[in-house]
Amino acid sequence: MYKYLLGWRYLRTRYIALASIISVMLGVATMIVVNAVMTGFTREMQDRIHGILSDVVFEARSLDGRPNAKARMAEINEIAGEYIMGMTPTVHLPAMLGFTVNGQYIPKQVNLIGIDEKTYASVSNFGKYLQHPENREKLNFKLKESGYDVIDSQASGSSQVKPRLQMKNAGWKWRRHNARNAWPKLVVPEDQLKANPFYNPETAEVGSDFDPATEQHPGCVAGIGLFDYLGEDGSKLFLTLPGDDVDLTYPSSGRPVRMLSAKFTVTDFYESKMREYDSGFVFVPLRTLQELRGMIDPTTGEAYFNTIRIRLKPEVDLEMVRDKLRAAFPPHLYVINTWRDKQGALLAAVQMETSVLNVLLFLIIAVAGFGILAIFFMIVVEKTRDIGVLKSLGASSRGVMAIFLGYGLSLGLMGAGVGVLIGLLFVRYIDQLADGLGRLTGQPVFDPSIYFFHSIPTVVEAVTVVSIVLGAILIAVLASILPARRAARLHPVEALRYE
Amino acid sequence: MSDLSPLDTPLSDWINQSDLPLASTEPSPARGVSPRLRIDLPDPTVGPLLKTQAVYKSYRKSSLEIPVLKGIDLEVRLGEFMAIVGQSGCGKSTLLHLLGTLDAPDQGEIYFESNRIDNLPNAGRELLRNKYFGMIFQFYHLLPELTTLENVLVPMMIAEDGIGYWRRRSEHRRRAIELLDLVGLAHRQKHKPRELSGGEMQRTAIARALMAQPRVLLADEPTGNLDKVTGEEIIAILRRLNKEQKLTIVMVTHDAQIAAQADRTVALVEGRVQDDAVR
Repeated sequence: MYKYLLGWRYLRTRYIALASIISVMLGVATMIVVNAVMTGFTREMQDRIHGILSDVVFEARSLDGRPNAKARMAEINEIAGEYIMGMTPTVHLPAMLGFTVNGQYIPKQVNLIGIDEKTYASVSNFGKYLQHPENREKLNFKLKESGYDVIDSQASGSSQVKPRLQMKNAGWKWRRHNARNAWPKLVVPEDQLKANPFYNPETAEVGSDFDPATEQHPGCVAGIGLFDYLGEDGSKLFLTLPGDDVDLTYPSSGRPVRMLSAKFTVTDFYESKMREYDSGFVFVPLRTLQELRGMIDPTTGEAYFNTIRIRLKPEVDLEMVRDKLRAAFPPHLYVINTWRDKQGALLAAVQMETSVLNVLLFLIIAVAGFGILAIFFMIVVEKTRDIGVLKSLGASSRGVMAIFLGYGLSLGLMGAGVGVLIGLLFVRYIDQLADGLGRLTGQPVFDPSIYFFHSIPTVVEAVTVVSIVLGAILIAVLASILPARRAARLHPVEALRYE
Repeated sequence: MSDLSPLDTPLSDWINQSDLPLASTEPSPARGVSPRLRIDLPDPTVGPLLKTQAVYKSYRKSSLEIPVLKGIDLEVRLGEFMAIVGQSGCGKSTLLHLLGTLDAPDQGEIYFESNRIDNLPNAGRELLRNKYFGMIFQFYHLLPELTTLENVLVPMMIAEDGIGYWRRRSEHRRRAIELLDLVGLAHRQKHKPRELSGGEMQRTAIARALMAQPRVLLADEPTGNLDKVTGEEIIAILRRLNKEQKLTIVMVTHDAQIAAQADRTVALVEGRVQDDAVR
């Protein structure tokens, strides 16, 4: 009983000990904030990578692809059908995108992906990163009249977002405007063209009676990073808008590989906020790409594919499904990877960064432990006579030790408790705090135009918080063991005589 | 335990009433030592309450050995008020500490009610200090964080675990207030030691020492830090406890005038009993 009473009185009367727990508190708060932000960041990034890559990618080694996607999908279904939620065949190619801005031709290296608009949504969250509400609802490659997002749809409620005013005109409106202002093209009837002895069907502009004001080329969804740049005021500007035409140059199927080129009309932008993806991917209709590349067998009409994207049911072990598939398909023909395998380096880097930060931050709490140790030694010295008195009244060494261990435990509990509270409040109001700090220093702490996200992503995991709290309490108790042992071992007569 | 304050009953009654957990504790065969109190306590009215037999004690300061007690034979009889006198450094405080099991002799034996106590394991000594011996000191040694009342309650807090204490808290409080009343401090229950005078602190210490109904009160220079008048007040309280409650008191003092108030004076000179006078 006296242990509790004395422990409590020491807590209330020794403010110096409270000072020692401030570092425990700050350490705990910092660890919670850092972990919440790192986890939030990782999750957000995983979501976005995942959104593009789907769970498992079944890839043919040959760029020409393999025939009969349906049969392969049926086989996959047979092997792992119980875990699979959706599958879609795609064609994945290295390609070059070219477009003209103010008379300058700008080429960019891209990954060209032919997707099936009907089934692609079943394997990835691709749709939610598009700029037109209808496409987000249901993707098609038709240019929309207008209605593209001026305010980024992923920036929920953040006041920092600058409108993308150019997008107001995007769509058919923009296309018609361009067509009106373009130099009128001399239209030569096809039969006259063919009468020309220098006519070369490969270089001649096919369909020269194409009217850009009313017609579109096959649609493509291009990564927003291929065209955007930052204006002086930090708002996003675009070199090309939905409604403009671009050239795509890609390798043909068959041998020898030739470079083919076709015009596409940009019908939407794709914005995952992962710069690497946003400036590297162009999506086009699967069928169109297969036709243009010559991937359709002229005799059987069978289309070739080169990847099958698979989405698994929630909570299914990716590696397990991957290994099952790997065992069933010849590895010299197919490469089967999970999205994690494909992004292993990036994810591992983030993971390592989190671990290193955690170790460093935990050291802060460990340092706080030494503070507790020093202060407790001081208190034990100060209380030497009282310890002697307690022993002369019959208190056991264990009882005396318990006073100081309990004292350390309560300090740890208080420090960790207040730390958790501060940490969680900080996480809850992190955007407001970042804004406030930005205003105070004149330097934005978190600039959404530089980072991927408009608000700082945070995820508080109960397991993390509990382990941080337990760690902090453990350190406080460990730090009080030495002083408590010293107190317990004091000889009663010597303690009573202590001046 | 009856609700009657033991101070209202003859001491022999307390002894018969007292539950003696120490006495019922089985010796620990695992350790092979069993110097604990035996179950069958002899009649305490026969023989001395406390007895030392050829007790030697010396202190070591690095390689130098300073002998303090050089063969003390002493008997404290039940119900007597004994004063141990002597000059500073003659070993009287050391003797008191040995009697109170705060320290152990280098040689010799100490008996409490015919049970050897100098070689008891820690748990036994703690129980003796908590329940059988009350101690007061020259510098009062109250715990500064606790109020007067809480200080008096400390022996009970040590004796019982949290739940047991909580169950009987009102009983303990009543007894503590009675004891404070006995030493004339009932009105200072809520005061902290620093708000009390020296005499009041010593009276609180007496109340604390009596809280667990001890068999013997060991007082180490109880007036040493007080002025003459206050010192006499304290001695008067001890005197009264001895007379009215038949409480055995062993008091160490260097003041011959104070010692003169005891029934019996034992003079220590250079670690030996030189004179043993009964008035």
